[in-house]
Amino acid sequence: MPQMTDERVRAGMTREEDLSLLHEVSMKTAGVSRLEMCIQCGTCGGSCPVALDMDHTPRMLFAMLRAGMREEVLRSNTPWICVSCYHCVVRCPQEVHIADVMYTLKGMAIHAKLYSDSTAPHFSQTFVDMVESFGRSYEFGLASRHYLRHFPLRLPGMMPMGLGMITKGRMAMTPKRIKQMDQLTAILDHAKTLELTS
Amino acid sequence: MNKYLFYPGCSMESSAKAYMESLNTILEPLDLHFEEIEDWNCCGATEYLGINLIPAYSLIARNLALASKQKNGTRTVVAPCSACYLNLAKADYYMQERPSLGEKVNEALQAGGLQYTPGTLDVRHLIDILVYDVGLEAIRSQVVRPLTGLRVTPYMGCMLPRPDYKHRWSDHEHPTELDDVLRALGADVIDYPLTTSCCGGHMTQIGPETAFELIRRLVADADERGAQMMATVCPMCQMNVDAYQNEMNHYFGTDYHMPILFFTQLMGLAFGREPKELGIGAELVSSRNALANIGVEVPVTQEPSAPKKKDEGLPMPRRWTKHEGKKEAVK
Repeated sequence: MPQMTDERVRAGMTREEDLSLLHEVSMKTAGVSRLEMCIQCGTCGGSCPVALDMDHTPRMLFAMLRAGMREEVLRSNTPWICVSCYHCVVRCPQEVHIADVMYTLKGMAIHAKLYSDSTAPHFSQTFVDMVESFGRSYEFGLASRHYLRHFPLRLPGMMPMGLGMITKGRMAMTPKRIKQMDQLTAILDHAKTLELTS
Repeated sequence: MNKYLFYPGCSMESSAKAYMESLNTILEPLDLHFEEIEDWNCCGATEYLGINLIPAYSLIARNLALASKQKNGTRTVVAPCSACYLNLAKADYYMQERPSLGEKVNEALQAGGLQYTPGTLDVRHLIDILVYDVGLEAIRSQVVRPLTGLRVTPYMGCMLPRPDYKHRWSDHEHPTELDDVLRALGADVIDYPLTTSCCGGHMTQIGPETAFELIRRLVADADERGAQMMATVCPMCQMNVDAYQNEMNHYFGTDYHMPILFFTQLMGLAFGREPKELGIGAELVSSRNALANIGVEVPVTQEPSAPKKKDEGLPMPRRWTKHEGKKEAVK
């Protein structure tokens, strides 16, 4: 219930000012997030083409971050609905890296296993699995694994499209692999041990 | 000869093969030389960034490191895909803006014997090169078959003009670069306020209802403005508007038939190439009728048959009936 959480934020019912969550998200975001600069103007939600499908508008989510509402924020579907169109980003008067904050929140939700719908996290993970195996995306493998797992009922309706893509040579049945896969694996393995701390 | 480093991106070899085929035909006439980055890897699209930050940026940066090593007399990397362009530009920019990110990414790259100094390369999109390096005059001078009478909406998509780290575009919300190119080809360009609206990106895969509405807005608006087709600069936009249009129609009970081609396919046509050299016919929503208007004949290919709509059976509520019966299906 978004309205209620918003009221709790406004009424200051959550806890004394504790900005640790806000700072944590900001720290984990690529670039300089400027998240602390949000003035709650709502331009982001007003510019968003998919705000209707979100549990919370970005503005509301950022207020919740400031209020330290970790679990509510990480359970929100908002970062998963965000389509990364950057409309809010170019309109934000404070130049907050809104879309990148959404990526950070997805990562944190996956880490804390707090997302409410597994479709999007699984899709991202499957995509990443393909890239980590081949160095390239592999649409056929990705689509078949993803649809069987999450949209088996959508498959019959999608057959003409899938067949069209294959017969028109737009979807390869076998993956392409880069030459220096060992090098990429070494880079990614080491990268996984690293975190942004400053 | 104008030399560039080229990052094709995964789609150019699969779903957007037509983009690659048509791009190859316009390079020589425009005196462009693209040298592919040796052993490039996937940019991670919009997926890796949400999983794990440092690996995601390291994945992108491996390409930048390879490109900066591969000296061919240029420091400009060209990407034809908007998502690839954004990821490469973003990594380069954020590694500068946040030096600690640059350090961590380089630490990871070193595990593979690579290194990248942010700011070394200029990451640019194909249409940026065509408009601002090649120039509209040079494009116009190659036109032998003007697309006169072809009513087309320019669809720039969202990830190209935004967030625009290096201030390359005429506008963030209504840029006109694609309009200008299409006009140089002689096409009848329709002003399209949704030109930078999102196609849904990966939502066709994970939240189809959200994506279908975004696709519907694009297609419905182009249709209402009298467009015969849309032109795009992005493999993802093409894929969503083209390959999911049938499912979108099914979802809303609409009957739109709005072909969408890559702008390079239209350039190839205007430069006198034949449809089959340009991958025309690989689109699922056929452009044959639209191109017939300008006297271009597209050879018939075997179309996969769409599921027949049931006229009998239980009456189902239809959410969108405005356009029913208005369109003619393409045979």
